[in-house]
Amino acid sequence: MAKTMAPQKATGPALDPGLVRKLLTDMLLIRRFEEKAAEAYALGKIGGFLHLYIGQEAVAVGATSALRPDDYVISAYREHGHCLAKGSDPKRMMAELFGRRDGLSHGKGGSMHLFDKSVNFLGGHAIVGAHLPVAAGVAFAIKYEARDQVIVCYFGDGAVPQGEFHESLNLAALWKLPVIYLCENNRYAMGTSTDRALAQTQIWKFGQTYGIPSEKVDGMDVFAVRDVVGRAVERARRDTTPSLIEADTYRFRGHSMRDPAGAVYRTKEEVEHEKERDPIALLRQRALAGGALTEADVRAIEKDVSDRIDEAVAFADASPEPPAEGLFTDIYKEG
Amino acid sequence: MTKLNMVKALNLALFQEMERDPDVVILGEDVGVDGGVFRVTDDLQRKFGSQRVIDSPLAEAAIIGTGVGMALYGLRPVCEIQFSGFAFQCFHQIENHVARYRLRSQGRFACSMVIRMPYGGGVRALEHHTESEEQFYAHIPGLKMVIPSGPRNARALLAAAIRDPDPVVFFESKALYHAAKEEVPPESETFPIGRAQVAREGGDLTLVAYGAMLRVAREAADVLQAEDGVAAEVLDLLTISPLDRETIVASVAKTGRAVVVHEAPRSFGPGAEIAASIMEGAFLRLEAPVRRVAAHDVSFVGFAREKANVPDVARVVAAARETLAF
Ligand SMILES: Cc1ncc(C[n+]2csc(CCOP(=O)(O)OP(=O)(O)O)c2C)c(N)n1
Ligand SMILES: [Mg+2]
Repeated sequence: MAKTMAPQKATGPALDPGLVRKLLTDMLLIRRFEEKAAEAYALGKIGGFLHLYIGQEAVAVGATSALRPDDYVISAYREHGHCLAKGSDPKRMMAELFGRRDGLSHGKGGSMHLFDKSVNFLGGHAIVGAHLPVAAGVAFAIKYEARDQVIVCYFGDGAVPQGEFHESLNLAALWKLPVIYLCENNRYAMGTSTDRALAQTQIWKFGQTYGIPSEKVDGMDVFAVRDVVGRAVERARRDTTPSLIEADTYRFRGHSMRDPAGAVYRTKEEVEHEKERDPIALLRQRALAGGALTEADVRAIEKDVSDRIDEAVAFADASPEPPAEGLFTDIYKEG
Repeated sequence: MTKLNMVKALNLALFQEMERDPDVVILGEDVGVDGGVFRVTDDLQRKFGSQRVIDSPLAEAAIIGTGVGMALYGLRPVCEIQFSGFAFQCFHQIENHVARYRLRSQGRFACSMVIRMPYGGGVRALEHHTESEEQFYAHIPGLKMVIPSGPRNARALLAAAIRDPDPVVFFESKALYHAAKEEVPPESETFPIGRAQVAREGGDLTLVAYGAMLRVAREAADVLQAEDGVAAEVLDLLTISPLDRETIVASVAKTGRAVVVHEAPRSFGPGAEIAASIMEGAFLRLEAPVRRVAAHDVSFVGFAREKANVPDVARVVAAARETLAF
């Protein structure tokens, strides 16, 4: 049942300009959001840790482009990109990072716990591995209600050694649930490389054990991600088949802003080498080479994205600090 | 003597205990190559090798579970959980195994092991990275629960914990890691587990605190002395469980008034047990009800509201004044 697919550069049919524009816009939106968040962190405006998604944009954007708005997404703590791609408002997201009143969760969740019900974004989760069974539960409910939605569950390679990864795959297979487990293998969990943490570093192969359709994909190629996830979505909608996808990707920044260079456990050369696979640069090149977009189009997109993110930062800056009495809300249902 | 911060002091304790006893091993996420998120295990892998300072996969249940097996065989594992908020991933190992082997095997097997975790707030962090959960461990018979308040006692208590025949959950306040340097003697030293210290003597009121709250209690005592002419005695618990009731009761029998300060949420927190112990041991000497100053009954508040949640000097002083005026 399980099959593998060699990472490949999608070539072939001419690119749809509308789609290319959407993908590039969304990827740039994430990148600029993260860059501005990093600046704000350095200025002390953001508390807690800050885990940037820079380098991995093709995964969130490619995967989300294969979803319907009413599909669900759930993620770990490096989730700004997943939340943005799902259509959340960058202004309210930035305000959440700033801990302000107009944030998605009135500043209580912060960077690692974004939630947006309006786009079926079921949250960031900071306990590594713990949201995987939650995704299975949502998929169970979808199936129970006989709907044709799916849920995509993003997680890192760091979740694979956790029991809950294996518990969830087994359960999703056993109960045949419409969940797509999408592992973003960026090769490191904090300072630990996959070869020091995993007896099997080909993560997609774990799915085989459970009889789940499992594939590996070049996570820097937004079209390849879109294709693989598209097929998984189709299986899930058709007959609630779960999938495991391993996206081969890389984080260009450190684990968090505390580890800005990420230099202790990986070499500068390695990082520079991986940056040659920059998913945004690759998409831009392809769009220009294939004639889907002109230089002027790209500049206009970049300008538009920059303006939107500047606006988001201004919004977050202007949003008031949360009032102290907010401490006691939402502990139990009120009224 | 050298002046060390708490990170360096803990590192020294680990280094000396590993030198002293070849059965001591360290196990945890990023403790080796990286030297730990807070650098407490810095350089130890280089000194003792990757067989003794072991980088584990991201799997808390496996870290504690394998630690149990190592301990049953006779090693002395020192396990690190990166933040106390992640320990629920291995809570079942701690509750069902670590704490129970001695009783379950009627003394034939036991877990002489240490579980270190950073805990507590005051560092503008987020959920799972700011909570104080000592009450969970203090509530489990068979475990010892230790929380140092400064570099010197951190070093001496960690050494004692590693040598202890029973399992010790060892909480390290993130707010204290770099807060202050203190003279730490170069030769190895231990402080007894289960013994509180009188951090400041006084006859009018007892402030009971531990961990990062000790500093808050001390500063409150300064304010009370300066502004009210009140001499507060400050107790530093150091061990939460087993609780040093004797020292607490002796102090309150003298002062007649007590305020307990902790970062854990108020309800069912250590303050409740301490207040009950005072009631049982010094009831007839009490001049006022025992007060508690604690975090509110909220799981987490976000960094922007943290100051409104964690006890501060003003809240402790206010509670002390009410107690004195009762
Ligand atoms: C249960 C648990 N253990 C440890 C941590 C600390 N921690 C946070 S992120 C991380 C690494 C996770 O790596 P991965 O899943 O690959 O995600 P990435 O950072 O690469 O996006 C660790 C160890 C945690 N948040 N939760
Ligand atoms: Mg990773």
